[in-house]
Amino acid sequence: MAIPDSVPILGIGWDDVLFMLLAAAMIGSALLVVTLRDIIRCGLAMMACFGCLAGLYVVLGAPLVAAAEVLIYIGAISVLILFAIMLTQTKNAPARLVFQTQAVPAAVASLVLVVLIVLTVTSTDWGAVPVRMASATDAVARILFSQFVLPFEVVSVLLLAAVIGGVFLAKRDERGGL
Amino acid sequence: MSNSLDAYLVLSGIIFSIGSFGFLARRNAISMLMSIELMLNAVNLAIVAFGAFVDTLRPNSSVIALIVMAVAAAEATVGLAIVIAIYRNKRTPLVDEYDTLRQ
Repeated sequence: MAIPDSVPILGIGWDDVLFMLLAAAMIGSALLVVTLRDIIRCGLAMMACFGCLAGLYVVLGAPLVAAAEVLIYIGAISVLILFAIMLTQTKNAPARLVFQTQAVPAAVASLVLVVLIVLTVTSTDWGAVPVRMASATDAVARILFSQFVLPFEVVSVLLLAAVIGGVFLAKRDERGGL
Repeated sequence: MSNSLDAYLVLSGIIFSIGSFGFLARRNAISMLMSIELMLNAVNLAIVAFGAFVDTLRPNSSVIALIVMAVAAAEATVGLAIVIAIYRNKRTPLVDEYDTLRQ
């Protein structure tokens, strides 16, 4: 049985449906990240948000970035954040207030920011082609190791420095206190 | 809808604003770090979307997104180590209780 070109009832393409589902799930889980009371659930919602973002990268035709998103964010950074949550939370932390006293001004500022971004995006001509094009993985690899080889090496040195600095900051001092 | 650059940029702007709200409003230091990760991811989505729709940026955008991810990993490492070091001294993860300079 052949799959029809567009969704039978709605009359729109499959990738549009996929985009809308992923975007809705991503916005919903991002809202959960900033509003949930239990911070472990915030971390899990953040992993769901990153998963939806990896799906959007696949829709955009950047499979290498999608794979790196799953490996780095869902695999490494989320686990790091969950470990930090388990190290720093006290038992009565979820029962306390979630937001600071400036939560309402922060919400107003964020709404103003999103309105400004939407206005700017819709009123600017970005010179975009009407159909999205996938970027081939071998072209990305070729350009990464020829034109961008200096930033690549600098970033590896930065990661090394960050790991050493993180270990130094987080290790216990035997003499007591920092 | 999936073939227009504006949809991706608007989605990226919405996620960025949610992240900025979380950064400004949450009390927990780790929640603030999570909001920073949301904002970095929103910017990454905008970069990849530009690469998919603008001809001259096509292979470059994936490389830039990968480098941003590496820098975000470094930021998360150092940020969480700082939060853990402060927690060891002050015994609380809530940022509005770090008020030594005010006393």
